[in-house]
Amino acid sequence: MGDSLYNKIGGEAAVNAAVDIFYRKVLSDARISGFFEGVDMDRQASKQKAFLTLAFGGPNHYTGEDMRRGHAHLVAKGLNDSHFDAVMENLGATLTELNVPAELIAQAAAIAESTRNDVLGK
Amino acid sequence: MKRIIFEGQSYDCKETESILDCLTTNGVPVPSSCKAGVCQTCLMRALQGSVPPESQRGLKSTLVERNYFMACSCYPVEDMEVALSGTGAGKMPATVVALESLNSEIICVKLHPSGPFEYRSGQYVNFFRDASTARSYSLASVPKLDDCIELHVRKVPQGQVSTWIHESLSPGDTVEISEASGDCFYVPGNPDQGLLLIGTGSGLAPLYGIIRDALLQGHSGPIRLYHGSLIVAGLYLMEELRQLARECLNFTYTPCVSEGAAPEGFSPGIVLDVALKDTPRLSGWRVYLCGNPAMVNAAKKKTFFAGASMRDIHADPF
Repeated sequence: MGDSLYNKIGGEAAVNAAVDIFYRKVLSDARISGFFEGVDMDRQASKQKAFLTLAFGGPNHYTGEDMRRGHAHLVAKGLNDSHFDAVMENLGATLTELNVPAELIAQAAAIAESTRNDVLGK
Repeated sequence: MKRIIFEGQSYDCKETESILDCLTTNGVPVPSSCKAGVCQTCLMRALQGSVPPESQRGLKSTLVERNYFMACSCYPVEDMEVALSGTGAGKMPATVVALESLNSEIICVKLHPSGPFEYRSGQYVNFFRDASTARSYSLASVPKLDDCIELHVRKVPQGQVSTWIHESLSPGDTVEISEASGDCFYVPGNPDQGLLLIGTGSGLAPLYGIIRDALLQGHSGPIRLYHGSLIVAGLYLMEELRQLARECLNFTYTPCVSEGAAPEGFSPGIVLDVALKDTPRLSGWRVYLCGNPAMVNAAKKKTFFAGASMRDIHADPF
């Protein structure tokens, strides 16, 4: 566990540092901000935190089915690959801003990328 | 084996089981999602028994203070009584002590609860007109400073409860209120942190309580209050707040009016804009937002973009 991705990135403290930065980027990104209109910000921040924990290889029990169910209403509103790409970009930019080494960013991106088909309901 | 009481029923929780496992295995529906102590979907509240700290990791400080925890990562160390979040507010009678006018449409209602009443300034109570008609009002009083609990009630046109409070209640009457709930209040610790408080109309009530509570608890960082209304007549407690600002050097009070020219001593403009112009960078600040929902929602976003952490933004729209 000592040399897991989650620990190398900095564990829970890293998630806490990343969540505000990431959520600010997502909310101010005109390509995807529409999906967050009228959403409770506190609840959304908790979800962003869960997503970052997942991407950092941290403890989670999300299944592909959870991802499908959780995003189905957004897919119905037109959520597609271009939006997923935008989120991936914001994730990378957040980690770069936090000075996470490039190879760890790549690993986190690969984990996040693995949820693409479930998130988009493919 | 620990005993878990939920809605009057007792359940046995095995050493290896979380409260979420224990309740769901027994057919009690508790909403959950990540099952890893992150997403906070399975938030519950402990009524009895100590809460293991690992089940509160990452929760807002105001939730920790009120014994909230995540059921999925709570492995009880002793017997506990638990409730779903947002439930369990009992009712109690209270006597009306005084009804005092604050401005042309807002009165201060002073109540004396019939029994021990625990609350934190800034939380709210439900005020019952009858069994099925109630409205929420925030607590402007401070437990250690005020004998009564105090609510600021604005007379809402056609408001079923507020009109009744304004027109039909008299000192000496007995009314029913709920226990205090809500997580918009001051949490001690971090006394040097800046506090920014923005309110409109009777949204001043919780802020007035929070500010006096923070000062009483020795908060030493800057405390900046912005209270807005369309016109001067919509504001209230101006003399009390100016006096407080004279007594406490770390507290500033800026009354704002958004319509027409502002008289001397008032700032012209929308309260949120005035506040953010004075303090454009909110990184490290704690923020309290109360009042008009449109203002509160806009302010949540703007103060977050100005650098305040989501965990430090406390909002109460009404």
